Formats: sequence, structure tokens, C-alpha cells
Amino acid sequence: MSSLILRTAIRYLFPIIVLFSIFLLLRGHDEPGGGFIGGLLGATAFALFAIGYSVETSRRMLRFELHQLMGFGLLMATLSGVVGLILGEPFLSSAWIEIPIPGRPEPFKLATYLFFDIGVYLVVLSITLMIVYALAEE
Amino acid sequence: MLIAVLLLFALALAAPLIDRAAGRWTGAVLALGPLAAFLIIARWLPDVAAGETITQVHAWADALDIRLSFYLDGLSLMFALLISGIGTLIVFYAGTYLEGDPRRGRFYAWLLIFMASMLGLVLADNIISMFIFWELTSVSSYFLIGYDHHRESARKSALQAMLVTGGGGLALLAGLIMLGVAAGSMEVSQIINEGEVLREHAWYLPIVILVFAGCFTKSAQFPFHFWLPNAMEAPTPVSAYLHSSTMVKAGVYLLARLNPALGATDVWLYTLVIFGGVTMLVGAYLAIRQVYLKKILAYSTVSALGVLVFLTGLSNVDSPEAAQYAGKAFAVFLLAHALYKATLFLVAGTITHETGEKDVTKLGGLRRKMPLTALAAALAGASMAGLPPFFGFLGKELLLDTTVKNPDWMLPLTIAAGVAGFLFVIVALLIAVKPFWGALKETAQHPHEAPFAMWFGPALLGSLSLLFGLFLNPLARPIIEPTASAVMGVPQEVKLALWHGINLPLMISVAAVVLGILAFLGLPIISRILKPFDALNRIGPERGYYALFNGTLKLASFQTRLLQSGYLRVYLFITITMSVGLIGWQILQLDVLPIVDQFREIEVVPFVIENLYTLIVAALILIGTFGAVHSRSRLSAIASLGVVGYGVALIYIIHGAPDLAITQFLIETLTVILFVLVFYHLPQFPRISSVPARVRDLVVSVAAGVMMTVLVLIATNLETEKISDYFAENSYELGQGRNIVNVILVDFRSMDTLGEIVVLVIAAVGVLALLKLKPPREQERKNNPHEADGREEAS
Repeated sequence: MSSLILRTAIRYLFPIIVLFSIFLLLRGHDEPGGGFIGGLLGATAFALFAIGYSVETSRRMLRFELHQLMGFGLLMATLSGVVGLILGEPFLSSAWIEIPIPGRPEPFKLATYLFFDIGVYLVVLSITLMIVYALAEE
Repeated sequence: MLIAVLLLFALALAAPLIDRAAGRWTGAVLALGPLAAFLIIARWLPDVAAGETITQVHAWADALDIRLSFYLDGLSLMFALLISGIGTLIVFYAGTYLEGDPRRGRFYAWLLIFMASMLGLVLADNIISMFIFWELTSVSSYFLIGYDHHRESARKSALQAMLVTGGGGLALLAGLIMLGVAAGSMEVSQIINEGEVLREHAWYLPIVILVFAGCFTKSAQFPFHFWLPNAMEAPTPVSAYLHSSTMVKAGVYLLARLNPALGATDVWLYTLVIFGGVTMLVGAYLAIRQVYLKKILAYSTVSALGVLVFLTGLSNVDSPEAAQYAGKAFAVFLLAHALYKATLFLVAGTITHETGEKDVTKLGGLRRKMPLTALAAALAGASMAGLPPFFGFLGKELLLDTTVKNPDWMLPLTIAAGVAGFLFVIVALLIAVKPFWGALKETAQHPHEAPFAMWFGPALLGSLSLLFGLFLNPLARPIIEPTASAVMGVPQEVKLALWHGINLPLMISVAAVVLGILAFLGLPIISRILKPFDALNRIGPERGYYALFNGTLKLASFQTRLLQSGYLRVYLFITITMSVGLIGWQILQLDVLPIVDQFREIEVVPFVIENLYTLIVAALILIGTFGAVHSRSRLSAIASLGVVGYGVALIYIIHGAPDLAITQFLIETLTVILFVLVFYHLPQFPRISSVPARVRDLVVSVAAGVMMTVLVLIATNLETEKISDYFAENSYELGQGRNIVNVILVDFRSMDTLGEIVVLVIAAVGVLALLKLKPPREQERKNNPHEADGREEAS
């Protein structure tokens, strides 16, 4: 599908969608969003590239192999659970440190659930893309 | 103790990177890990020797009685020191043994995972944690045995070991849970005090049978012994480690561990003595019938495991003196065997590494080329043959003492032990003397003395066989005494002496050595006489394994043909009718009248005004559904389904569930993308169903709709405390988030989420494998058969 309109649109849409997916991922704990939703949206951005250009282009944009991303995501989610274990709490208990941000009333919470959610994000993103690429390459 | 286990797991993760960075020093660098674990655990040696036990508890899933708890007494200390100590030398050895192998990093990762699991297994107090470590050793050993995965025999042996030990593991899990329930505790340290309760318990027999199933498969007891010699497909350091000193001893460990709790009954005593005794003799006989170095050692290991099971059984006889001897003999033989067997395996690896020859009949005269290796082999061989003053001598003396002291069955037991001792002498001579003495034989490679890392380990372990024998009380006793106490369940006082006076055991020993040497010299003749009996192997238990294996495959393909039609509509039909049938049947048992009554109270006009938006969207969804069913083109059918999907998302928004709505929108969007990808490849959109089939589908779908409606109505009318209230109240307090859905996903129920993404990844691996495993195209296969086959194997 080498439609010029689609290709041009994708070029502008791509960064916006990816940024928005990361935005959804990061705000997820307090507002609608989260790793699952973010991952799906991120996959959409790369899937558009696979349609408008080619699977190859899309893979190049991603830079990492899908199975590596997937494994890394899973590892990250699991390791985020180990932190609780080390602190003497049950596996996957949350732990966080608060980092005050100047000009914002609430401090930023660097928490294990954030890393857990990033892991979910990566797994969902890579699996969705794996299916999309597989279908596109058929 | 947690630190020691975690350290090794962490090191396993880092091993591939360290391998890349450290190059030829990898073995030495990585060996520091197990060494540290050894030192951490050895710190407790004085306490344990003084009769203390140490317990450490870490929270895990307390509600399920699952804890990561550790328990250190003589038995676990002995095993933990062997695992980490021999592990250090093995890791060091393997660095040089696998020099230049590009997969060495991966090898180390699996070896260290195995080591950590094994350490966890013997240290674990909670039986569920212990079982998890137990299974991890099976899984990691699968990868280690199948290390040379390009060879079919390696893959097959790895699978065999996994299936046999894994099958036993399942039985063990059931047995351990029943044991925990019966004893009223999941902690080993408490279970071993509940012997009287357990022996009277109605579940005693099933528990014992299930535990035996787990232990006998893991420790290669007859008739499950066949997997162990096949596992020799693994690289030699692995064989030396897993299949002599650690993994195969896990079953022995568990039997000895539970001996105070489950022992002292006839079932326990006779089963262990008979199975152990048979394994001891069958293993030793099969060992002298082999010509390959590693196979000889493998069968002799089977035999040694039999001895240990035999002694565990005998520690339950009525005569207290004989029982005490058995406990002592168990501890001594365990240590002696681990030391000499690891040495001999490593020596065998070194010989094959240097000469390229595995067949012991084609080796000879290597002592001049490899003096240090020959020395290590001689030390270990002398210990195995049971010559004084080596530690193995004491092991054999105590074994014979035990059988001689037995009031019943003295004769058959002593003869069995004596014959095993005699066969051990032959095995020791085959491994430690045959390759090194006599005239030098030509081999494929020119042999040289092995590099430092490859003679250091064997030489150290070989020397220990001698040192433990020479300094029995200062060196061996601190560890032997608490081990024997743990096996017996009551504190023991152990005195060790090589010289027991001129008695029956000593005379049997002397006879075994003399006859062993004679038999070794006459082995070519004996082999010729025994050759016709080798045909018996073909009707051995391994045939049962293959019958079961092939039978399972046949059953699987039969039921696949039966159930897997390959048509999506059939799957949907079956799934939906089953759920409607099962759930509907349950609903019919309930009283649904109050729910129906609710509808009478509804006043139409206010209801419509209040729910106007929802009703409009619901109408849209209905229109979309009819459109999808009736459309004549695929494009409009998909578009109609899109209306349904977005309609549902709108309802989520109206009712205040933005997360669900976003997810639904995204899924709908992705569906469109996927559809675009496959659109051109799909066939025409004809109406293929006949009228009766359409009527049937109509009935099924209406039934499903009705069932779901009723189900939702019932669920929303349940008068129970709702868990959502708890989540809503505690979301910010405990989970630090205002988005309840997300807090549930990543905090309250994060274990579920983790499980889900694990399932996703497993499914993705399956999808990937199916897509990549397509058979090569006909043309390619014709052009280059080898390459095509190779690829198939690799992926």
C-alpha cells in the first residue's frame, strides 16, 4: 500500500502516537492509561508503518528484535517484584521513593509498579507487533 | 542462606556477559560465586557440628503456607557443602574444558541456575519451596544434557531425563502436599517431629508411594535407572556434577530427610532395602559390561545411589546397633562417593579431552603423558575400591558392618553388599588403572598433561579422599556426626576408626579386593562369557518407557484428529455450547424469580429518560449486530462489527470506566489494521451454510445471549460484600494510585498480571515457532538437502 497520503500522514502521526502511548503508560497509575493500553497504542504506531511502508521499515524503526523486547519486558516485570522480596515484603509488593519536582505540588514517585507497568508495556507491544508482522509477511 | 542461593541465581544471569568479558579467565571468575556460597554455608559448620539447627524464614505466600524458609542441619549442611564445593571445582574445570565453545556463556548460565536450584533444594525448609527447586533442577538439567542439541541422541536423552524425573516430580508434589496436610505443617523441620502422627495417618501409604515415585525416578533407582546412563550425552563437567554428586542425589536426600518422619515401618524398610539392593547390584553389574568411560561411571553411580537408598532403609531395622551403623555408613558413603566419583568423572573428561578416545579398551599407558591426572585417578580409584587408608574404605567397611550386624536377613544382605564391593573394585581398576598403566596405545590425538584448571579439581578431590581417611576424627567427624543424626532423627554419637579389628567385614573386603583384581585381569574372558546375557538389556525397563512414550504420542494424534477439525466455526460452536450448557445448568439451580420481579417495578418513562444515552447506544449496537449478520460483503460485515465494538466502548464511558473504553477502542482499531493486512488474501464471501446449519447457529447464539444476560443480572443482584469497595477504599492508601483499575493490575493483583504476560509470551513463542517451522520449499530441499535439514534442526 504505497499511498502517498497514508505515508505522509504516518510520518507525522507516528511520533505523536508513540509519545501519547508513553504518556498513557506513565500517567496510568493515577489517570486512565497504563502499560497494557500504552503497549497496544505503541504497537498501533509501528503497525501503521508496516502497512504504509513495509514490515522491514517498521522493524528498523523499532531497532530491537521483538523477542528481545518481549523477554526484556518479562524480566523487568519479574525483577520489579523481587524488590519487594528483598525489602522483606511478599513478592511483587510495591516500593517507592518520592522525588520532589520543583513547581509541582506532588512529588514524582519512582516506584516498582512503574517498572512492572513498563514490563507489561513492552510485552504487549512486542506480542501485538509479532502477530501484525506475521500477518503482514504472509 | 538466601544470599547464597540468590547469589548463584544472579550470577547465572550475568554469566553470558562475564563469559564475553573475561575470556579465558571465565572459569576462574565464575568459580568465585560457588566458592562464596561454600564459605557462607561453611560458617555454620561449627554450630551444626555442636548439634544446633538453623532456621531462616522469608515471607512469600503466607496465606497458602508457602514460605521461602531454610533449614540447616547436618544433612542439608553436608549436601550444601558438596554442592557448592564440588560446584566451585566444576565451574573452574569447565572454563578450560569448553574453551573456544561459543555457547559457553549459555552453558554457564544453565549450570549456575542448576547449582542455585540444587542448593535451594537441600536448604529449603518449606516443602513447596523445596519442590519448586526440585523441578528447577529437572528443567535446568534438561538444557545441560541437551547442550549439544544438534545431535539427536542428546535431545532424546535430555527429554527422557526430563520426562522420567518430571513424571516422578508430579507424583512427589501430590505426596508432599498430602504429607504437609497430614503432618499439619509445611515445614520440614516440623514434619520430621510428627513421625508418630504420620505413621498412624490414613494417608500414610499413599504418601509413601508418591514420595517413592518422586525419589526413585530422580535418583535413578531400578527400574527407572535407564535415564541416567543416557544422560551421559551431557558435557563431562555436567555429568561429573549432576549425575554423580548432586542432582541424582536429590532423591536420596529427600528419602534421608523424611526418614525420621516416614520411616520405622515395614513398607518403608522393605521397599528401600529391596529397591536399593537391586539397584546396587544391577548398576554394578551393568557398569562392568560397558566399555565407554562415562557409561561405566554412570552405571556405577546408579549402583552407589542404590547403596545409599539401601542404607537409608536399613537405618530403620529393629536392632538399634545395626540401625546406628546404617546411619553412620550412609553419611560416610555419601561423602566418600561424592569425592571419588566427581574426581573419576573429571578424569574421564580429561582423558577424552586429551586423547579423543572414549573407549577404555583402546586406552593405555597414559601415566607418563599425564602424571598428575593419573595421580588424581589413582587416589580416587583407591578410595572407590575401598583400600585403606582411603575414606572409601571406611564407607565400605561400615556398609558391611551394617549388613553383618543385622539379625534378620544377615546372609543375603551381606552377600549383596560383598558382591557390590567386588564389582566396585573392578570398576575402579577399569577407570583408574586401565587407561594409565601398561603400554601406551595410539590415540586420535597426542595426549599431553591437562591444563591447570583440568587437573587441579580432580587432584584436590582425590587428595581429599585420602585426607578424610587419614584424619577421620578432626576432619570427617564434625560433618558425619550431624548428618547421621539428621538421618536417624535423634542425636548420634559417632566414633570413626579405620581399624575395626580382624572381623568378618574386613575379611569380605580383602576377598572383594583380591577377587576384583583377578576378575579385572581376566575381564576379556569374563566379558566373552557374559556377552550372550546382554540381550536381556533389550527387554529392560527402557522398553516400557518407549512403549509409554509412543503410546502417548499415538493417543495425542488420535484425540487431535478427533477434536481438532481446523474449522473456526466448529471450535466456536463447541466452546459456546459447552459454556451455555454448563453455566446455564448452574443458573437453573438458582432462584431467579426475585430478579424477574425487579422488572415489574420499573416505570418505563423515567427509566428511559434516566438511561437515554445508554439506550441509544444499545440500539446502535443492535443495529450493528443485525448488519453484521445480514451483510452480503465482508467489508460491511467488518464495519458493522466495528459499530458493535465502539458502541460497547461508549457504554463503558457512560458508566465511568475510561480504562476499559480506551482498551476497547484500541482493540477495535487494531482489528481494523489486522483486517487490512489480510483483506486481499481472503477468499470470496459466499454463503456456505445450509438452512438447518443457520437455524442451529441461531439457536446457539440466542441461547448464549440469554445466558449472558441472566448471568449479568444475577451477578449485579448478589447481596454480598463487593471486593470493588475494598479496592476503591484502599487504592490510594496501599497502592499509591488513584486509577483503581491500574492499581489492581500492577499492585493488588499484580501476580495475576505477571501470570498473564507470561502466558502471552509463551503463546507468542508458540506462534513464532509455528510460523518459522514451515517445512522448506520443495525446490530448496532438492537443491541443498543438508542446508535445509540443518535449518529445520536449528530453529
